[in-house]
Amino acid sequence: MKITVAGEKKEVAEGLTVAQLVIDENVEMPQYVTVTVNDDFVESDTFAETVLHDGDSVEFLYFMGGGAA
Amino acid sequence: MIKLKKSDYEKIVAHAKKEAPVEACGLIAGVLDGEDKIIKKVYILTNTDHAEEHFTLDPREQLKAVKDMRAEGFTPLGNWHSHPVSPSRPSDEDKRLAYDSSASYMILSLMDEEPVLNSFHIEGDKAEKEQLVIADE
Repeated sequence: MKITVAGEKKEVAEGLTVAQLVIDENVEMPQYVTVTVNDDFVESDTFAETVLHDGDSVEFLYFMGGGAA
Repeated sequence: MIKLKKSDYEKIVAHAKKEAPVEACGLIAGVLDGEDKIIKKVYILTNTDHAEEHFTLDPREQLKAVKDMRAEGFTPLGNWHSHPVSPSRPSDEDKRLAYDSSASYMILSLMDEEPVLNSFHIEGDKAEKEQLVIADE
């Protein structure tokens, strides 16, 4: 099946989960990454059970924060 | 070297002053020219912490900005935030949360009458000031 990852079309295996995609894409520091599928935010504790489908569009967003303290 | 248009600098300062004493924040995007970064667009995002000493970019706005950068053909270059009452240098928290060593981290201080903007390269607990050029165009 075909999905789009960060704007790039990719051929991936049927049944691919978000958790496996995070590994396959070598996402650095996944604890700081928020994932969206078709603009819906996926809770990190459901990555392993969230199965991707043909045509899905996935984005990885890194947490950005800090402060003066 | 990192180059910022004067109009974008003024946009950051105006927003940060409006938000003070809460920290303001956003993203920067543009193009790479060799080792130089040319900022083409400054994004103003909501600080979801709504705090005077912390900021977190709103992830929904971040998603929208990332898509806009892609559509414009820009490269994400980093982020910016304000320090309403402290100097323009990364705090320990800024350094701890700066996990992307390829990004530029811009910090605007409003502690003095004249705002001070600096850009930093942060790697681990080391922050190095980048050469920031604010130009008319």
